[in-house]
Amino acid sequence: MSAEEFTLKDKAAIAGVGSTQYYKRGQSVPQLPMELAGKALLTACADAGLTIDDVDGFALYSMGFDTSLFAQWLGIPEVRFSAMISGGGNGSAGSVGLAASAIATGQATCVASIMTLQQAASRFGASFAPRGKPGATYSAPPSPEGNFIQPSGLMGPGNLFAVLAQRHMHLYGTTREAFAEVAISQRANAIRRPTSLQTQPLTLDDYFNARMISDPLCLFDYTMECDGAVAVITVAPDRAKDLAQPPVYVMASANGGAGRWGQAITWMGMPDEYFASSGHRPVAKRAYEMAGIGPSDVDVALLYDHFTPMVIMQLEDYGFCPIGEGGRFVLDGNIRWPDGGLPVNTHGGNLSEAYIIGMTHVKEAVEQLRGTAVNQVQDAEIALVTGGPASLPVSNLILHR
Amino acid sequence: MTGPTDRTEPSTEGPVMQGVLPKDIIELTPNVYTEPYWLATAEHRLILPKCTTCGTYRFPPGPFCWNCRAQEVEWIEHDGNGTIYSFTVVRHAVIPEIADALPVVAAVVELPGTGGVRLVTNIVDCTPEDVRIGLPVTIDWYDVRENTTIPVFRLAGG
Repeated sequence: MSAEEFTLKDKAAIAGVGSTQYYKRGQSVPQLPMELAGKALLTACADAGLTIDDVDGFALYSMGFDTSLFAQWLGIPEVRFSAMISGGGNGSAGSVGLAASAIATGQATCVASIMTLQQAASRFGASFAPRGKPGATYSAPPSPEGNFIQPSGLMGPGNLFAVLAQRHMHLYGTTREAFAEVAISQRANAIRRPTSLQTQPLTLDDYFNARMISDPLCLFDYTMECDGAVAVITVAPDRAKDLAQPPVYVMASANGGAGRWGQAITWMGMPDEYFASSGHRPVAKRAYEMAGIGPSDVDVALLYDHFTPMVIMQLEDYGFCPIGEGGRFVLDGNIRWPDGGLPVNTHGGNLSEAYIIGMTHVKEAVEQLRGTAVNQVQDAEIALVTGGPASLPVSNLILHR
Repeated sequence: MTGPTDRTEPSTEGPVMQGVLPKDIIELTPNVYTEPYWLATAEHRLILPKCTTCGTYRFPPGPFCWNCRAQEVEWIEHDGNGTIYSFTVVRHAVIPEIADALPVVAAVVELPGTGGVRLVTNIVDCTPEDVRIGLPVTIDWYDVRENTTIPVFRLAGG
């Protein structure tokens, strides 16, 4: 097999995207989480000009659901591929890469990547805490490894990323004003969109008057807590050309990271040289190599934004600015839509549109490359999507029109 | 409000430590690799696993040396003097059981002479605004209940 065949580049295309409406935490009840997922999947099929009978693969990520109930409820004729990227929100972008892998290797012909989230019974914000309610998806009963973390009070994802943010501020002089710029710019993008849960502008005063949650992070550095579902349908490029929407091609995808990044977002023992990072540097390098592009070729970046400082660290790790310069990069207006050099999270992101564990970022990338985005980046040809900075494996996706 | 912090057990009398979680939320579940560490902390000793083959510390304790993949370790006592590598001030209770104990300073403390072993811990009995990266800290012991003690740290000279 030639080197050219050993790549995902242009071996698959996104043909359809769909979502439910987005809800504030718990407000999607009495619908079931898997019901939301099914609705999003049916919507994505319709968007593509396909039917549920065409779907023969599932490429998933994060906890809380799996293929079996989908297949049973929706009457999938035959499942040929079912796999999941390990971990949590780290796998959002990579799940589409996993779908592309199945397509490229002929294991399946029409693969769905889906995220559904309902935070009524349990909250992701307590996912590292003990004492979850019985049956809670998001909780961490005491474990031999957790014993070294939990007694300190680091019980929510935000507590853990705050430690990385504090180190970044110490090393590079990054300021809370820079975190605020991420929140404010994304809010400005979100309020132009009817799908967004946040509908009012955010000012610098609002930001600095907000309560501190886990220093240096305040309320507006945190993602929202939401319910909803998003689905993405991936098929072979030739098939995509005959369907309802302009194809959006998978140019590259990578998941993984440095081995000693490991369980970074708990054990805090990663090497000093990349402690204050998103963990994405290795996957960024591989994705750019696969795509045959560099950072300057990216027209719009949909960066997983569970916490504002992690957007800044990803800007560094993807080479949009030097390491340590992310704060200055955002304060210079670079991530603003429409005038910044690299519009970031034009949909408003997890912070201000809806938090569906990163799948809205894939949907927005597709809409940007179809030319149908609400906050359209003019002539956007290449979009970068990232999965959540987290423990291994982190992931990404580069798409082109 | 009566919270979990009020249910102090008889075995842990003494001055009340500020900036730690309620005792009844803390539960240790050691395995064969982590048990020696917790047995030592119960005796107010800090010991760390060091590879007998290549001399690399591993933390948290586990079955393999990340550097040479050997399994055997010797347990080396450490004096518990360290520096603050990073920290956060936890101000919001993600579960209600910890609300009365907040704020707590959750810190990553690096231990010199260990090749970069870091403990995720608390800086106790301090003003959170005084905590800075790079400050020296000394170990202290949070006696949770009989046979369960958690290492915590104090600002040196504080």
